[in-house]
Amino acid sequence: MSEVVVTGVGAVTPLGVGADALLREWIAGNAGIRDGEAPCAEFDPRDVLSAKEARRADRFTQLAIAAGEEAIAQARLGDVDGARVGCIVGTGIGGIQTLESAHTTLGEQGPDRVPPLSIPLMMSNAAPAAIAMRHDVRGPVFGVVSACAAGAHAIGAAARTIRCGDADVVITGGAEASLTPFAKAAFAALDATSPTGESRPFDARRNGFVMGEGAGVLVLEDREHAEARGAEILGVLSGYGATADAYHLTSPREDGSGAADAILAALADAQRAPEEVDYVNAHGTSTPQNDAAETNAIKAALGAHAAEVPVSSTKSAIGHLLGAAGAVEAVATLLALRERVAPPTLGWEVRDEGLDLDYVPGAARPLAIDGSERAVGISNSFGFGGHNAVLVLETA
Amino acid sequence: MSTVDTTTVEQKVFEALEALGVEADITREATLEELDVDSLDLAEFAQIIDEELGVRLEGKDLKDVKIVGDVVDLIAARVA
Repeated sequence: MSEVVVTGVGAVTPLGVGADALLREWIAGNAGIRDGEAPCAEFDPRDVLSAKEARRADRFTQLAIAAGEEAIAQARLGDVDGARVGCIVGTGIGGIQTLESAHTTLGEQGPDRVPPLSIPLMMSNAAPAAIAMRHDVRGPVFGVVSACAAGAHAIGAAARTIRCGDADVVITGGAEASLTPFAKAAFAALDATSPTGESRPFDARRNGFVMGEGAGVLVLEDREHAEARGAEILGVLSGYGATADAYHLTSPREDGSGAADAILAALADAQRAPEEVDYVNAHGTSTPQNDAAETNAIKAALGAHAAEVPVSSTKSAIGHLLGAAGAVEAVATLLALRERVAPPTLGWEVRDEGLDLDYVPGAARPLAIDGSERAVGISNSFGFGGHNAVLVLETA
Repeated sequence: MSTVDTTTVEQKVFEALEALGVEADITREATLEELDVDSLDLAEFAQIIDEELGVRLEGKDLKDVKIVGDVVDLIAARVA
């Protein structure tokens, strides 16, 4: 079976525009959370898009296009036949800014004033469609929707698409831009977000997540195809596992069994033993339920090795990017593995009962691996609805 | 009935095209194709014109129109 490698990465996050900014700022201990939310304050769509292109895209699509530009430029896809390229991008909610704005217009001005672009901008597949049009991508192109697991599911689907020969290259990831009055109010009504605006994954004081926005995009490619065209290989997407809890609309199974099964499936797919995992990039939302269940899942899947492996969450640095989270965190995981560093879980200070893993408090630390060995990491993503998606990433 | 002259209509049409993100030079002689105006733009354009001038354009009205000047004249004829 062919190996799926990564030849490009891109990210727009609350830590800045660009994948390098994401890892650099996170390792430095900086967070992009302001006043209880994490916007991409430095992102200007006009840096990438013409006035007309910007009008034709909801903010989640704009973010995806920008992250895609970075990843595609790095992969130097110039001469690759577009018929052999796919684009699979996930989102939790899609173009909700467009929906809210159009709905307000409907209420205030009536049906004749509802913008004609409302549907094509809000549809959850708008991001992969826009990237495909921009880059003449004519292979499999579609969106993936699984709440906060969407980015990881998209990447997994992309890897499968390459492995089964439907495409040589797939541009994949996730995007979200739902810092809107309605989405913020709805998450708050559900007690999902932190009433104090703090993100403290795995800490005893955690009280909910902080909403963020952004996009992460990876260019995945069949290894032989990448080598034949002389592309730089940044890493390997070696495993993918997906399961469902089949339990509750918003809460994970307390024992983490569904998530543990996804971790084990991903490791089996990568042909890796639990002891070979050097770093775990946790879903780590900072909600009471997720962080307890995820700790149980990591213990169940990795056994005794769980006590030794560094586990950290990106979410106290960038907020919870919902459908973009899995993709942005896959980018962060790969870059951290390349630097052979475990970035810290910012805000973690107080140990909670039963949450006894090494959450990398305080500051980043080098991974304990030999220089010649591939660094192996897993990235967990879980979503409302009971979706579990886990990726295994490795250095090349 | 208000007296909206062709110059006013032309101004409104040019402004509407600008609002749609047309970055090329907008003139009466420019073709819609040159300005990269497509069917989605025309749907938005029709809504702006209805709002600004009270003229309702339908898809078939603009189907055969090629240049900006013809759009202006078509709307001006209905405003009068």
